[in-house]
Amino acid sequence: MFSYLANPVRFDRFTRIAIPVSGWLALGLIGVGLWYALFNSPPDYQQSETIRIMYVHVPAAWLGLALYMAMGAASFVYFVWRHPVADVAAASIAPVGAVFAALCLITGALWGKPTWGAWWVWDARLTSMLIQLLLFLGYMALRGALEDEKQAAKSAAILAMAGLVNLPIVKFSVDWWASLHQGASVIRLDGPTIDPSQLTPLLLMAVGFTALSGWMVLYRMRTALIDRRARAMQLVREAGA
Amino acid sequence: MSEFLAMGGYAAFIWPAYGMTALGVAGLVLFILSERRAAQARLAREQGEKTQEKQTP
Repeated sequence: MFSYLANPVRFDRFTRIAIPVSGWLALGLIGVGLWYALFNSPPDYQQSETIRIMYVHVPAAWLGLALYMAMGAASFVYFVWRHPVADVAAASIAPVGAVFAALCLITGALWGKPTWGAWWVWDARLTSMLIQLLLFLGYMALRGALEDEKQAAKSAAILAMAGLVNLPIVKFSVDWWASLHQGASVIRLDGPTIDPSQLTPLLLMAVGFTALSGWMVLYRMRTALIDRRARAMQLVREAGA
Repeated sequence: MSEFLAMGGYAAFIWPAYGMTALGVAGLVLFILSERRAAQARLAREQGEKTQEKQTP
């Protein structure tokens, strides 16, 4: 599938369908998800109404990690095969991932205060997620700082790949270290341990957020390709003048 | 309705969590749309320059 989309013409044709589909899917799923999350799901027996923060916190966290994984993978494809569309993909993901990672930390603080009594603790899960956000920001800063575009793309790809090490640390931090943060309750070997009444809004929001970030990334990639075309034309014009 | 808004006494945490998420997502969407407008304006400008060049003898 990826080698199929590596061709910019085919990628263009793919986005013409994928962008509206992911956009409408996101709107529908998040709409229904919000209704479940706020109106049609019970309060938790321990955490009462604060459990509703989970329906935005967990999807944001999941996307912060999944988007980093995608950025690292795209960077790897660019680094090894030097394919320009892979670089466009990685660059397009960065700010989207940064926003979701930041939202994960903000909603986490708002959930931590009433549940743990603290907005923030230097806990393994929280600290490693903060590092994940800094990796996104570092990637964007590095790209912005280097004048030479090829050099910027190459250096940023190396940073993105190196940052992949942090993903398993975030995921397993709650198992490896004593943590205030609760353990996994959805993605675990023996299946979800969360009640269906809470799993329904959570999954709706998670899939909805995933569609939303898919829309955002593809839309940004198309924008980047339009910009590249304009720049190429400018170079030709300036060379001719 | 006011009972719903009170969120069992946790309104001060739950509504900001949803509000910040909405703000973050809306901000990102506006940024993404403005990027597209800028890129399209740039392409249109270049295409305009190109046709002008052709017209000059």
